[in-house]
Amino acid sequence: MKTQQKAEYKATSNACKHCSPLGASLVFRGIENTIPLLHGSQGCSTYIRRYLISHYNEPIDIASSNFSEETAVFGGGANLKLAVDNIIQQYHPAMIGVGTTCLSETIGDDVPMILRDYLKNNREENGTVIVPVSTPSYSGTHIDGFHAAVRATVDTVAQKQSSHAAGINFFPGMLSPADHRHFHEIFSDFGVAYNMLPDYSQTLDGPMWTEYHKIPEGGTPVKRIVAMGDAVASIELGRILAETKSAGQLLADKFEIPNHRIGLPIGIKETDVLFDRISEISGKPIPEKYVQERARLIDAYADGHKYVFEARAVVYGEEDLVIGMASFLSEIGIVPALCASGGKSGHLEAKLRQVIDDFDAKQIQVKEGIDFVEIGEIAKKVNPDFLIGNSKGYKIARSMKKPLIRIGFPIHDRMGGARIVHVGYRGAQQLFDTITNTIIANRQDSSPVGYFYM
Amino acid sequence: MASISILKGREKQIYQKGSQDFDMSCDKKSLAGSISQRACVFCGSRVVLYPIADALHLIHGPIGCASYTWDIRGSLSSGPQLHRMSFSTDLQERDIIFGGEKKLTNALDTLIDQYKPKAAFVYATCIVGLIGDDIDAICKKMSEEKGIPVLPVHSEGFKGTKKDGYKAACDAMANIVGTGSIKDISPLSINIMGEFNIAGEAWVIRDYYERMGLEVVSVFTGDGRVENIKRSHGAALNVVQCSGSMLHLAQHMQEKYGIPYIRVSYFGIEDMSKALYDVAEHFQDIDPEVLPRTQALVREEVKKIHPVLKQYKKKLHGKKAAIYVGGAFKAFSMIKALRTLGMDVVLAGSQTGTKEDYQVLKDMCDDGTVIVDDANPVELSKYSIEKKVSLFVGGVKERPMAFKLGIGFCDHNHERKLSLAGYSGMINFAREVYASVTSPVWQFAPQRNQ
Repeated sequence: MKTQQKAEYKATSNACKHCSPLGASLVFRGIENTIPLLHGSQGCSTYIRRYLISHYNEPIDIASSNFSEETAVFGGGANLKLAVDNIIQQYHPAMIGVGTTCLSETIGDDVPMILRDYLKNNREENGTVIVPVSTPSYSGTHIDGFHAAVRATVDTVAQKQSSHAAGINFFPGMLSPADHRHFHEIFSDFGVAYNMLPDYSQTLDGPMWTEYHKIPEGGTPVKRIVAMGDAVASIELGRILAETKSAGQLLADKFEIPNHRIGLPIGIKETDVLFDRISEISGKPIPEKYVQERARLIDAYADGHKYVFEARAVVYGEEDLVIGMASFLSEIGIVPALCASGGKSGHLEAKLRQVIDDFDAKQIQVKEGIDFVEIGEIAKKVNPDFLIGNSKGYKIARSMKKPLIRIGFPIHDRMGGARIVHVGYRGAQQLFDTITNTIIANRQDSSPVGYFYM
Repeated sequence: MASISILKGREKQIYQKGSQDFDMSCDKKSLAGSISQRACVFCGSRVVLYPIADALHLIHGPIGCASYTWDIRGSLSSGPQLHRMSFSTDLQERDIIFGGEKKLTNALDTLIDQYKPKAAFVYATCIVGLIGDDIDAICKKMSEEKGIPVLPVHSEGFKGTKKDGYKAACDAMANIVGTGSIKDISPLSINIMGEFNIAGEAWVIRDYYERMGLEVVSVFTGDGRVENIKRSHGAALNVVQCSGSMLHLAQHMQEKYGIPYIRVSYFGIEDMSKALYDVAEHFQDIDPEVLPRTQALVREEVKKIHPVLKQYKKKLHGKKAAIYVGGAFKAFSMIKALRTLGMDVVLAGSQTGTKEDYQVLKDMCDDGTVIVDDANPVELSKYSIEKKVSLFVGGVKERPMAFKLGIGFCDHNHERKLSLAGYSGMINFAREVYASVTSPVWQFAPQRNQ
């Protein structure tokens, strides 16, 4: 056998990423009275529903245009129109977000044209906004689909209506519903007008129902997205987010709304940036509540610093989440020894350098486009005290007998993934306590006597 | 509450017993925009082949198909765990343009050398069917090079429904069947088909058959091993559960190797016992002692669980339940099992039932029961509320819907981690139903106007 010609190529083994239609579906779930529709095979919708359901534990309806063999050959126009018809008839949505898939992209369906044609012939059905977004699953990851959907929505819906600018556009990115809720609280406490897109704080973490709601309450109202064209400024979270994919950049180009792209506000340093920006833009001081929260957090840092100092962590997940988390870990004295993501922007290391002091001295390994088999191999060499990331690192953590601290998405093997607060001083406080306690517990359990006091 | 309407084009897939003529429309592709609970062809193939634990499962396509199916099933293996890995060629834009054949070849080459599987399955996803990669040729070439079966699974998502995926999986397995030695196989031997060893169920079932004095040659595909599948044509009888998934292979083995098959279910006391008796009767002529042994076994097992079930029945008597499962055969068992617990089924449906299945379902059900084919969350919720159910039996996708409405839920699909088959499984099922239906948490749920 010709082993000498061994191919260097490796298959992706246990992926640390998902496909772009998932991200787009999630965005559309964060818009009021909106149904996501994936233009492709039934499986894409069903798999993504199932995947999201087991993280959020909420009903998640995603429609499909349901390709058949004939559709694949002759084009999906008729199916797409039928799907839109049926959705309007059954759900009466304010908006339908249409994401493409590998299938519809490859056969070359011109989705915007099909939808324009539909709207032209169905004026009486109208009122329903239809937003097409190109999310071929062979291009980028779920985060790219997420940002693409935010941008496409803004592109289709936002308008300049008023001569005087008002409010802040806020693009929080793919964080938890609890994070989205916390942002609402922050903006409300500042007393500034804002439009947040998406907002699944209620739609993906809501109360029980007495009757069936075809679409859960909550989400960004379409009229707030329309109003985004009149904003005084945009703030979008994510250092990686490329300009071409950015909704903030689009609004800057289209309506000359200044865009502020900052990191995910995880830990004190990155959270300070967010508060300063809101304060700057609005001209309002940082509310006392947050000054207090920040002060208490610093006090907690001091109380616990010895336990975490120079602990080593393996951090993985979406690139921006990894950057935010690495920034936070670094500011409390933990070395993010391996920073890994299935995403492949080409900017991960450069952006990490921006948030980590002594980057080189810490010998941090940065890996883009990586899967969990490779993460496992490197993690063993790195010899971390804990891993921090989504549920999918469990297999590695178990094999290494190291604790896994679950953050981000997906969290499939614990309750409460939707309720983790990653952002703000409050998020940092919770993360700090969790991490410190994990390290203490480990030490306590492995001690021969098991002390009662720290 | 305001009445929820049903989509045009779906009316004939919903039937309420006693109120209309029975002419169930089924076995057709899902209506676009209806939010079906079904998946695709690929899903069908993946679920059937997944439990073959010493095989490599490589998904040829963009990352999603592999990512969403990574180790979601509850199928256990007593040895190798290779099936729990998620391998993908992770096709990128350039592969779509230039073809993914080279990538697939390289992936198989490196993975087979690294993991040394006993066989490899290559799943073609939507896009592979479009760009026309010749996976048959690549698999053939790799088979020759590596000396193991490398089998294409034609599971392009758009080429039908989940059922077509079952068939593709059976076709792939049919290539392995008949390639091993059948020396020393007992004339009292069976293959267990369509039993996926969720939470170790295949071990329970296998134990029953062995206590009856039978040899189990292969379990398709619970705790599956390639070697066992290779010699499965030496068995005297195929015992098929989950007939939707395995009937095709059973029929193939009947035609090619003359092995008869029977259909069974292992859920609930009634069906479990019937499964064992039917098999025993089949071997009656060769060994008249099989039936008495089976009777003793059933008696012993039922005696063990009967008093426990009685306790649960007291608590659950008269409660109403809804069932929505993948295969219709399971719905039959669920109706009987829930009746054993004193509960009434008022909504029953499946993703893939046939006309005959729905006829059976209709005959089994009480008047007023709603029967649905290929339903969606809107319909399932509508009838759950209208019929005032306190339990919903379904899969992960139905779970949040039930909980949202303050309805107890029991997971009865492949993703569960709880053994529900056999007599011991019936106790687990009863406990699960009891835990959900009578939990004190529902006191806090908003009350619907009754």
